[in-house]
Amino acid sequence: MITSLNELKELADKKKCASGNSRQELRVCMGSSCISLGSAELGKSLQDELQNRDLEDKYKIKNVGCNGLCANGTLVSHCRGDGSTLYEKITTSDTKDLVESIQNGGLLKDKMCDITQPFFTKQTKIVLENTGIIDPDDIEDYIAHGGYEALFKALDGMMPKDVIEEVKTSALRGRGGGGYPAGIKWESVSKVVSEQKYIICNGDEGDPGAFMDRAVMESDPHRVLEGMAIAGYACGANKGYIYVRAEYPLAVEKLGRAIKQATKLGILGENIAHSNFSFNIEIRLGAGAFVCGEATALIASVEGNRGNPRQKPPHLTDYGLWGKPTVLNNVETLANIAPIIKNGGAWYRDIGTENSSGTKVFALTGHIKNTGLVEVPMGTTLRELIYEIGGGIPDGKKFKAIQSGGPSGGCIPKELLDLHVDYESLKNAGSIMGSGGLIVIDDSSNMVEIARFFMDFCRSESCGKCTPCRVGTTELTLLLDKFIKKEATKSDFELLKEMCEFVKSTSLCGLGQTAPNPVLSTIKYFESEYLEGINDD
Amino acid sequence: MSTATDDRYNTLEKSMKKLGYDKSALIETLHTAQETFGYLGIDTLKFIAQRLRLPYSKVYGVATFYNYFRLKPKGKHNVVVCMGTACYIKGSNKILEKIEQRYGIKVGETTPDNVLSLLSARCFGSCSLAPVVVYDNVPKGKVTVEDSLCEIEEMIK
Ligand SMILES: Cc1cc2nc3c(=O)[nH]c(=O)nc-3n(C[C@H](O)[C@H](O)[C@H](O)COP(=O)(O)O)c2cc1C
Ligand code: SF4
Ligand code: FES
Ligand code: FES
Repeated sequence: MITSLNELKELADKKKCASGNSRQELRVCMGSSCISLGSAELGKSLQDELQNRDLEDKYKIKNVGCNGLCANGTLVSHCRGDGSTLYEKITTSDTKDLVESIQNGGLLKDKMCDITQPFFTKQTKIVLENTGIIDPDDIEDYIAHGGYEALFKALDGMMPKDVIEEVKTSALRGRGGGGYPAGIKWESVSKVVSEQKYIICNGDEGDPGAFMDRAVMESDPHRVLEGMAIAGYACGANKGYIYVRAEYPLAVEKLGRAIKQATKLGILGENIAHSNFSFNIEIRLGAGAFVCGEATALIASVEGNRGNPRQKPPHLTDYGLWGKPTVLNNVETLANIAPIIKNGGAWYRDIGTENSSGTKVFALTGHIKNTGLVEVPMGTTLRELIYEIGGGIPDGKKFKAIQSGGPSGGCIPKELLDLHVDYESLKNAGSIMGSGGLIVIDDSSNMVEIARFFMDFCRSESCGKCTPCRVGTTELTLLLDKFIKKEATKSDFELLKEMCEFVKSTSLCGLGQTAPNPVLSTIKYFESEYLEGINDD
Repeated sequence: MSTATDDRYNTLEKSMKKLGYDKSALIETLHTAQETFGYLGIDTLKFIAQRLRLPYSKVYGVATFYNYFRLKPKGKHNVVVCMGTACYIKGSNKILEKIEQRYGIKVGETTPDNVLSLLSARCFGSCSLAPVVVYDNVPKGKVTVEDSLCEIEEMIK
């Protein structure tokens, strides 16, 4: 049991000392992406090789989460006392060579990953500071890296209102898409008088093409729990739920284990650190419905119902889970909390731009060389993201557009490559920040087809509660088909634009209200591709 | 088979008991049921409704609302093609089309001999490896049309 900040620090030192004296580490990536490439078998074969060579007392295999450069998986890093070497594209066929070269104190040159490339040097890691470094199954490893210090610091000497003040100072905005200031949300809930309040972590990550939250939950689950517990203390809630999509079994497993370990050490549970504060966390599984990422639908789902959104107000802060005041925050938002409490809100406020502080994690995918996960300060330009960090467009193709915000977002053309990414600039450009999926599209793609892809997505994910969304998304999909088949008329084009505005302004929830965005933004920047679909004789 | 003699119902009953027959844990219960039975049959749904004291219409309504729940049994083998944005951009729709053509089934269907079910998903979170296809629960990345057809042949052999 850990009952004070001092005891926590002692444990951290003990663990650090133990790992300092002991074996060198071979860190094998066990993120979902690398597991699909066979990293579990790789880990086993490395272990066998060490055993064959009688090296087990010198080297240790450590399973870690996503390193970011998933495109070049499986990544293995060799950590010695004096530094580390990162290897890429390692498979079981490299096992022998790798172990042999390490044993001989050498390097496996042709498998080395260049860590001086912009992909690594241009990142600022706050949320992802531990991913790829710590073992997500080992709470002591998290603690050795400063984990749970923020929670104990808060319990030790900060009043709930001080915690909220710190989060307000940081100007942290919700990373789930909306960008609502986290501190202000917490303050609203803290001010409501109620015997029961809840903290919910939104791990639904519905945007297909985004995997930031997955990586955090899998690679550093305790960070999410710590953020939730701090939120609970600040707002006066003693119960938390994490809503995770069922498609992320590994995240569910890691979070489940993390909760057990934290409870065993008394970091979660009753009267944490001898204080009056108690906090318990449960996991709730989603079941494959995009709309359940929406706040009120998520609540309905946690309560065991169909995920139909409801009209707001009342807001969750007054009337949330089982009618009680509830804070709902995204995984990444909560993952920022511990460093903010540890280093202070002002520290965080200094990173990023005027209106968007801190960093943002993006999932870079599509037609881009370095697909993977990156964390950069707000205000980084799209050009830096695509050409420097992302390594540019492969196969000799040209950049055409970048899609942000998923089915609620839009496409940004090459004219705007120098845009500094933050909440406002993306909105002004006709897209949104969204949760952080960035999909690069090259010149071989047709933008109307992409718009149709998203519209069809919204059509099939519409919960059907309100007519403009249910019928509108269906009609819009059919209309877009006409453009793709080059059978549209001029009046279809007018109808398309009119219907987009109609669905936007009359739908009940965010899904319907934003479903037309991909169409509107592609009309704005790629109108000629729509005009090509018009055949009016 | 009657519910009393089928061991799978015991498993389900135990899980509901563990959750204190909590009505709000309906989705958790459906997950367990699907894991145990492979799908959610009408009898299973009626059993859950009765044990949790919920109207059958409610249980059926929830089961049909969520994409993850299947009301029909799957074939002996299954292949799931990711149709998320990253995979779509990398041509997963072509993979899906080719599989549909080769086996004469549409997404969500099973071949008449019950050997192969074809499903699609909304993103496995391995978008870096797009396009992603999952064969009998084993995910593979950077798949081509040819790969996927070979892999399926191998799997159902
Ligand atoms: C259709 C729809 C889907 C959404 N999906 C998600 C999601 O998958 N994850 C998420 O964190 N927020 C999602 N949101 C936003 C949430 O409703 C909510 O604003 C957010 O979780 C609040 O947390 P934050 O303030 O920390 O961002 C979605 C919103 C809508 C309208
Ligand atoms: S806008 Fe669409 S998803 Fe939202 S409540 Fe209406 S029908 Fe349901
Ligand atoms: S999962 Fe291994 S680098 Fe991302
Ligand atoms: S879009 Fe296919 S795995 Fe994410």
